[in-house]
Amino acid sequence: MSQLFDHTWSLMRFVLRRDRIRLPVWILSFILASVGAVVAFDNLYGDQAEREAIAETMENPAMIAMVGPNYGVDDYTTGAMTAHEMLVMTAAIVALMNILLVSRHSRGDEEEGRLELVRALPVGQLSSLSAVLLVLTGANVLLGVLTGVSMAALQAEGVGLHGSLLYGAALGATGLVFAGLTAVFAQLSQNARGTTGLSIAALLLFYMIRAIGDVVSEPLALSSPLGWILRAKPFVENTWWPVLLSVGVAVALSALALYLNAIRDHDSGFLPTRAGRTEASATLRGPFGLAWRLQRTGLIAWSVALFILGVSYGSVLGEIERFFEGIDIFQQMIVEQQGFSLIELFIPVLSSVMAILASIPAIMVMLKVKTEEKNGRLEHVVGRAVSRWRVTFSYWLLAVLTATVMLLLTGLGLGLLGNAMLEETIPLGTYVGASFVYLPAILFMIGVSLLFIGFLPSWASIVWLYLGFSFFVVYLGELLQLPDWVGKLTPYGHIPSIPLEEVDYGVLALLLGIAVILSVMGAAGFRSRDLKT
Amino acid sequence: MTVVKTQGLSKNFGDFKALDGVDIEVKAGEVFGFIGPNGSGKSTTLRVLLGILKASEGSAEIFGKDVWKDAVDIHKRVAYVPGDVNLWPNLTGGEVIDLFGRLRGGFDKGRRDELIARFGLDPSKKCRTYSKGNRQKVVLIAAFSADADLYVFDEPTSGLDPLMERVFSEYVYEAKAQGKSIVLSSHILSEVEKLCDRVAIIRKGRIIETGTLKEMRHLTGSLMFIETHKPVPELSEMPGVHRVEAFDGGWSFQVDSDELDAVVRYLSTFGIKRMESRPPTLEDLFIRHYEETETGAGGGV
Repeated sequence: MSQLFDHTWSLMRFVLRRDRIRLPVWILSFILASVGAVVAFDNLYGDQAEREAIAETMENPAMIAMVGPNYGVDDYTTGAMTAHEMLVMTAAIVALMNILLVSRHSRGDEEEGRLELVRALPVGQLSSLSAVLLVLTGANVLLGVLTGVSMAALQAEGVGLHGSLLYGAALGATGLVFAGLTAVFAQLSQNARGTTGLSIAALLLFYMIRAIGDVVSEPLALSSPLGWILRAKPFVENTWWPVLLSVGVAVALSALALYLNAIRDHDSGFLPTRAGRTEASATLRGPFGLAWRLQRTGLIAWSVALFILGVSYGSVLGEIERFFEGIDIFQQMIVEQQGFSLIELFIPVLSSVMAILASIPAIMVMLKVKTEEKNGRLEHVVGRAVSRWRVTFSYWLLAVLTATVMLLLTGLGLGLLGNAMLEETIPLGTYVGASFVYLPAILFMIGVSLLFIGFLPSWASIVWLYLGFSFFVVYLGELLQLPDWVGKLTPYGHIPSIPLEEVDYGVLALLLGIAVILSVMGAAGFRSRDLKT
Repeated sequence: MTVVKTQGLSKNFGDFKALDGVDIEVKAGEVFGFIGPNGSGKSTTLRVLLGILKASEGSAEIFGKDVWKDAVDIHKRVAYVPGDVNLWPNLTGGEVIDLFGRLRGGFDKGRRDELIARFGLDPSKKCRTYSKGNRQKVVLIAAFSADADLYVFDEPTSGLDPLMERVFSEYVYEAKAQGKSIVLSSHILSEVEKLCDRVAIIRKGRIIETGTLKEMRHLTGSLMFIETHKPVPELSEMPGVHRVEAFDGGWSFQVDSDELDAVVRYLSTFGIKRMESRPPTLEDLFIRHYEETETGAGGGV
């Protein structure tokens, strides 16, 4: 029996060595996000009354579905506010961290054949999986304790040590549940992609069960790990049973994973793999078909996610008027304009944020060229009768189509549900126009991406920094009173705010022109350089 | 007719000279072997020929066209199998074969299915599940189902089992019989010896020997084993004698063709008990070249 776990300790050190940057970065970002939320809520709202006004606006099905049921409204301290608005989202991302790390170190290693090398050494059969689970246990505990202590250290109003520790523990315990769950899926599925996919699907499912449950049925909400953990209600009721329940479930899942691991063959899974196509479909006939086929799943997921984002923003439009009356800070953010309703003032702000999010899949599509090149798969394509121009154009076209579809979906989502919530509706075209006018800005970003691909492929990640900077400037520029020229450093800062401003077609055409020039330059650079592997 | 021709082809990666004046010429209907150890420049040469890397100096032409400028036109008549085969993990082998056929501009479906059967590939599996050998089969099937005039293989049989190596050889012979040209790089010398009409040996980015196997053998001479009654002094000092080693009570060595007569005469004065001779294998040629250029001893070439 003891043979099963030989050298678990050495393997744990190995896992820690491989994740010596990844793991601390994850943990640190959760600490910063939680501390940041407390600081932000503490500073953003002047007093208890403002917070309670916010709490009231949260008392609608859309918000409950998003962040969970209201509690502590009578005494809505900064603590209560943080836990109410942040806990479930943060816990879901902690779950994501656990899913990615466990999948990588279990099925990922097995699929790549690395685990086989380890298993051929005198280590126990279960040592590898145990090591991963133990490291993640340590990571989740550390995450919980550090987050709790850091939050309490701020000494903000209503953010006590007990509640902070419970908040941290709730995050860590949720992480443990999903570490265990992923370990089980790693035994069921036969590859890393399947493991991650199933686990993320489970996470989304649990989130939806909780969302529906929180709105219509308490027992349903309690059947989801994300649902029961909300019942800890840190800073208000400070209940510990949800944390204990999570830990218990995590232990059971881990034990199940270890058992399944012990009874299965290396490289096998319990779920049957179905046979794929023996012949390519008619759409897979050129570089464009290939680009689409490779990213199809991701793009569909992005479309759904961005439409839902539009819908969720739309669902709160009805609450906006009330939302604003309570808070000075948002009145600073939205520059007062004559002759427009508050909703109309708000639409361009939402559209700009959604446009920046919609840029992510478009840029990803463009940068896929680089991934394909690095993995030596582009060689198969350009080694045949396909010019480099055609390759880049195919990815560029898919990126442009992606941007178009994503923008239209966010605008439609916002407009459809927004109008359903409003008494005085706004033409759907206004919503869609406000979104779609950002297309030249995204084309600009695609052009920048292509320029990097053409000349400095290994530096292409800078595009993401630029997008992050754009988000920061567009989202917080007004609030932080940044000078105007800073806003003009990003293409998003040049886009007119529909319906507040007249559309200046000259500026749009200029952006478009620059985008095309950047793209052509990038494609030319790509045409005249070596492929790198 | 010349199909592939390079002149003074050089490729630098930063300060590193991967290719340093490579001259090769492949004629129509010929199987051309390209041999050299890892890192000698085989793959770099082939990738320049395919327009994946851009030559730093010199010229390279296929079908009389520039490999960089006219890549697409050339590729319509070329089938290429890279050395390190990476495929898309979420596409099946069958999908990849079809995609490759279409990217070249059409392929023969019947031949594709025949090749899949001959190589014993399961085309319904995702590429992530394929072993190295199976990934190799996918690209070989795609290459042979293409009706190309030139086939370029970079270490085509690494990862294939002996049975599949034979299937590969059969298709190479078939292509050759149809008058197609084949460029094949390998470090499996027996394979090159069996398949190739002409061979080039590359070392540190330079071609150090090129010609038919027969010509090379003539240049290199024979491998001898000799056992004499009286000990032979100064055998290793004789002109044209290389790699003298004591072996099984006698001496084994290599002797240049034009010195063979003198050497045998000299040896016969010591009373020959046993004498064996065989033509050098490609491996002998290869190792001799490498040892000589490595130690700087020269001679023979």
